[in-house]
Amino acid sequence: MFEEILIKNIKVPESHRIVSYLRNGGYTALPEALKHSGETIIQMVKDSGLRGRGGAGFPTGLKWSFIPKDPTLQKYLCCNADEGEPGTFKDREIIEKDPHLLLEGMTIASYAIGASKAYIYIRGEFEFGAGRLEGAIQEAYDKGFLGKKILGSGFDLDIYVHRGYGAYICGEETALLESIEGYRGQPRIKPPFPALKGLYKKPTVINNVETLSCVPAIISKGPGWFSKIGPEKSPGPKLFCISGHVNRPGVYELPMGTPLRDIIYDHAGGIRGGRKVKAVIPGGVSAPMLTVKDIDIAMDFDSLAAKGSMLGSGAVVVMDDTTCIVKIAYIVNKFFSHESCGKCTPCREGTTWLTKVLKRLEYGEGREGDLELLDSLCGNIFGRTFCPLGDGAVMALRGAMKNFRDEFEYHAKNKTCMV
Amino acid sequence: MAVMLKDTTLEKIRRAMKCYPDKRSACMSALRIAQLDDPENRLTEQAFRHIADLLDMTPVSLHEMAKFYTMYNLEPVGKYHIQVCANISCSLLGAEHIIRHIERILNIKVGETTQDNKFTLSTVECLGSCGTAPMMQINQEYYEDLTEDKVGSILDSLE
Ligand SMILES: Cc1cc2nc3c(=O)[nH]c(=O)nc-3n(C[C@H](O)[C@H](O)[C@H](O)COP(=O)(O)O)c2cc1C
Ligand code: FES
Repeated sequence: MFEEILIKNIKVPESHRIVSYLRNGGYTALPEALKHSGETIIQMVKDSGLRGRGGAGFPTGLKWSFIPKDPTLQKYLCCNADEGEPGTFKDREIIEKDPHLLLEGMTIASYAIGASKAYIYIRGEFEFGAGRLEGAIQEAYDKGFLGKKILGSGFDLDIYVHRGYGAYICGEETALLESIEGYRGQPRIKPPFPALKGLYKKPTVINNVETLSCVPAIISKGPGWFSKIGPEKSPGPKLFCISGHVNRPGVYELPMGTPLRDIIYDHAGGIRGGRKVKAVIPGGVSAPMLTVKDIDIAMDFDSLAAKGSMLGSGAVVVMDDTTCIVKIAYIVNKFFSHESCGKCTPCREGTTWLTKVLKRLEYGEGREGDLELLDSLCGNIFGRTFCPLGDGAVMALRGAMKNFRDEFEYHAKNKTCMV
Repeated sequence: MAVMLKDTTLEKIRRAMKCYPDKRSACMSALRIAQLDDPENRLTEQAFRHIADLLDMTPVSLHEMAKFYTMYNLEPVGKYHIQVCANISCSLLGAEHIIRHIERILNIKVGETTQDNKFTLSTVECLGSCGTAPMMQINQEYYEDLTEDKVGSILDSLE
């Protein structure tokens, strides 16, 4: 029987308060962690097999181990709570309803890497969630879980909330650092990687909300418990956020590797009005769409990568057979073009041009050669941009055009939609 | 300096400055606080100058910040800023109808403000509330699982 760890606390009223969290066994992993060395904690996280839940799936323990051991250096932990990938609404669940789970995870992570300051970068629209975090931080200070000499140990930590103010690109980790420092959110060149030169040029770890929220359970239940959930190479519990044409959209905590079919039909209650699935975006709009043929795929990093898509943020967007894929491609591309930070030309100009062509296809003004134009624009963006935003735009569009090319052709030829 | 920021606003900005090792890092907080305290819900030239002084920045660099981050308003915004999500999950569940419906009720188009300055209507990208689509944000508040009827009564309830 699968045991929830990420959203197990949220069903009770006032779940965001520290009393609630303590009653549910919260803040027991932290004292346990403080008995060990930071290095031991890092090893436990490595052994658990935890991979980043923000999109890229990078092994978390390995990322932490890149932080220099020099105790005289200031180090930082940044929690990525930007939750910007369209279709994603999972971190918000933890932030609003169980903020102490995140704070406990952040405190253990900070201890492991030797950081005495941590920031939570939250998107500005989540004002309610930011308030919840600030309230929780205050409660944690009052109880001695934050501040100086935490729980009588030699470890100090301060956590601050930094609000973004409307820029998807700030979810990219180096743009996020720029933004905290008070600059426009434009990605930095890597290397140097943040582990060596991150926030204020100091060693920095950036992790997603869900990633950090897995940490307390890894300490209290053990890395072996965690690594046995789901597939060997991407284990653990995972939050899937399902939206679109399903009967019960929402956030579901399931073992990594749960088949897409089960997520849609068993958990999300199937398709509205008993209609048929046409396409599914499995991991936020940057992830190439799948078709109904792929419905039995296991939802984990490697299985989706093998199919040419990705797990990304775990945002599953389900589209039924009334959906016009050209319209979806236009909406998604418009998003990328709007959010391009403007730093590099292929992304800035390329996504603008893509959107222009998609718009005319969608509005019945397509021209002959438009599909080839889209193909060639994609080729000129992909792999040539400063950060992965432009690649995301191309992968999304290529995914749509590969699976539903006939719909694009129909729009170009007949100036109207075939659905 | 003509119109200064209020003392209460300054107090909040000073508190935000304590979160960072340098002054500049507080600029996003400072701009946000100034905008929220502004009667027209926007950033004025005076606010830029005053914050620039406080943080040892130039008004121009603050302006650049405000232009980059879409939640900062450089133009006056109505008392209620209605922002309807037009991204993927909301579109799949009828965001367009919601937008058209609000346009009809308020007799304005997206991007416009009503003559009495009460409502401004905008469309925005995904607000991280896709499981309760379609949705909109009015000022700081989220309104979810919208229907045309629901939107009508929400707008009626705003003073
Ligand atoms: C354009 C872009 C947007 C991103 N947005 C987010 C986001 O909103 N939240 C997030 O956690 N990661 C986001 N990421 C991934 C981060 O760069 C980074 O990989 C992640 O925060 C690392 O944390 P993890 O290892 O715990 O996944 C984004 C990446 C790119 C390229
Ligand atoms: S798509 Fe509308 S809130 Fe995400």
